[in-house]
Amino acid sequence: MSAVSPADHPGARALVTRHHWRWWEALPWLVGIGFYLAFPDYLGFGAELLTMILFALSLDLALGYAGIITLGHAAFFGAGAYTVGMLSYYGLWTEPITLLLLAALGAAVIGVLSGFVLLRTRGLTLLMLTLCTMALLQESANMARAYTGGFDGLPSLPIAPVFGKFEFNPLYADTQYLYSLGVLALCFVLVRTLIYSPFGQSLTGIRENPLRMHAIGAPVRKRLVVCYAISAALAGIAGGLWAETNAYVNLSAFDLDRAATVFIVLILGGYGRLYGAFVGAIAYMVLEHFLAKLYPTAWQLGLGLMLVLIALFARNGILGFVEALWQRHATRRKTP
Amino acid sequence: MTEPRLQTQGLSRHFGALKAVQNIDFALDAGARHALIGPNGAGKTTFINLLTGVLAPSQGRVLLSGRDITATGQAERVKLGVARTFQINRLFRGLSVLENVSMSVAERRGVASSMLSAIGRRSDVIADSMQLLETLKLADVASHRVSELPYGRQRLIELAITIGLKPNVLLLDEPAAGVPSAESHIILDAIDGLPKDIAVLIIEHDMDVVFRFAKRVTVMVGGAIFAEGTPREIEANPEVRAVYLGQAAQNPTHG
Repeated sequence: MSAVSPADHPGARALVTRHHWRWWEALPWLVGIGFYLAFPDYLGFGAELLTMILFALSLDLALGYAGIITLGHAAFFGAGAYTVGMLSYYGLWTEPITLLLLAALGAAVIGVLSGFVLLRTRGLTLLMLTLCTMALLQESANMARAYTGGFDGLPSLPIAPVFGKFEFNPLYADTQYLYSLGVLALCFVLVRTLIYSPFGQSLTGIRENPLRMHAIGAPVRKRLVVCYAISAALAGIAGGLWAETNAYVNLSAFDLDRAATVFIVLILGGYGRLYGAFVGAIAYMVLEHFLAKLYPTAWQLGLGLMLVLIALFARNGILGFVEALWQRHATRRKTP
Repeated sequence: MTEPRLQTQGLSRHFGALKAVQNIDFALDAGARHALIGPNGAGKTTFINLLTGVLAPSQGRVLLSGRDITATGQAERVKLGVARTFQINRLFRGLSVLENVSMSVAERRGVASSMLSAIGRRSDVIADSMQLLETLKLADVASHRVSELPYGRQRLIELAITIGLKPNVLLLDEPAAGVPSAESHIILDAIDGLPKDIAVLIIEHDMDVVFRFAKRVTVMVGGAIFAEGTPREIEANPEVRAVYLGQAAQNPTHG
């Protein structure tokens, strides 16, 4: 081996060490465990929050990293939820962890099929087509009443205990919470590995300049479809998790409202930033929770105001805003 | 006789009634330093798009070392060694200089689809990219975001991304366009420093650059080849002077 490789140049440090774990990356998980210990009465809310983070994380991979503009991500959330719902309701399969894997698979298949057609388009056309896909799936679930329960959905799903031991108790949601935290942690490690890989970097290349990616010989559309399928699988897991922890599925899984919410969560937290999903989901759910208590009729006004402020003053979301403050602080310290 | 590195036979491209490129027979040998000049709208960029596979020709063939690549797609041609730069920068503006260059290095090394190990662990990709940046004197700004650099350096990165592919046919579309003349030597030095056996075709408006760089010059007018020869011959050709070099010929610095 040569003593001094060009890779040792200080200019390469940022890229060479980018994937290293930082101390503050333990924070979300410490907060997650702390929440479990401190708020035993809010664990249902907590599980819902964790599901939302996972859903937002899946969207971040497609929207934030690969630049796939989609308003129809609930299509995959719903596909995962109904996979879990139908398999368990009819007693075909009730083991929760394998159910989530099947939910991922079901959503990924829809992701590949739709992505293959959709990802030929870009911008507004793509946006409209993702909406259409979601609407088609929702209407299919509505019409296939005999299998999906139609408008009423499927209630009282008989999900088996986790590891054959821990029951999902509807009154005390500690199993739901810890299970969701575990699933989120695994999926997060997967996404984190992915985005720091050469594949993840090429996705950012496609987002920044698809034409140049073509010109350097990258199989752009294939990469986009693969990314879309992985993102769909993660959204499917989020949907499956939602179905398992609530023990029901209904058409709201495919709602535009749900797709728009996760979009807002990501914008709020900061897209393309890995932790934006966490910050955005927490900000959104906490805002929703407290504003709805304070102003039950007009809480969305507060949310709207917040979004306007983000759009005007913090284009990169809360996390981007904090990053900018931190950088300003750091440069000021360097130059007294 | 050896095959030319890149060759076209009767290459044409029509857009409706517009004959953007007409019946072009052209050859580029290994080690060639060839300039393509012509007035705006002469079809130079369309010609490049036909060579790289962005556009399909209406008629004619493209051969790479004797092999017919007319039906070969853009990505596949890049793998075969045909690479280009753009007249207007097409960079990954939000990313660092090193990331920009490693993008093409990772493609060339065939690792860009791998998902499980971090790019930072790919010391082969990082070393290759840093070495290229060092040759181009960009290593000290490797971690800077591209959009923060002055235009001349961005133009150099435009070139660096393509060089990272280690092409054997390099098509340069006005590499020094828009660069202040005080900085344009950086770009020209980089082009001078290219490996000698690469075949280089350069589209250029600046006649200083053409005369400094090219051993042969092709003049395109109205989609067809108007004249071809050494820079001296082209400069001395009265017809070329009439259609194209008019202003330059009156300028005493070209002499």
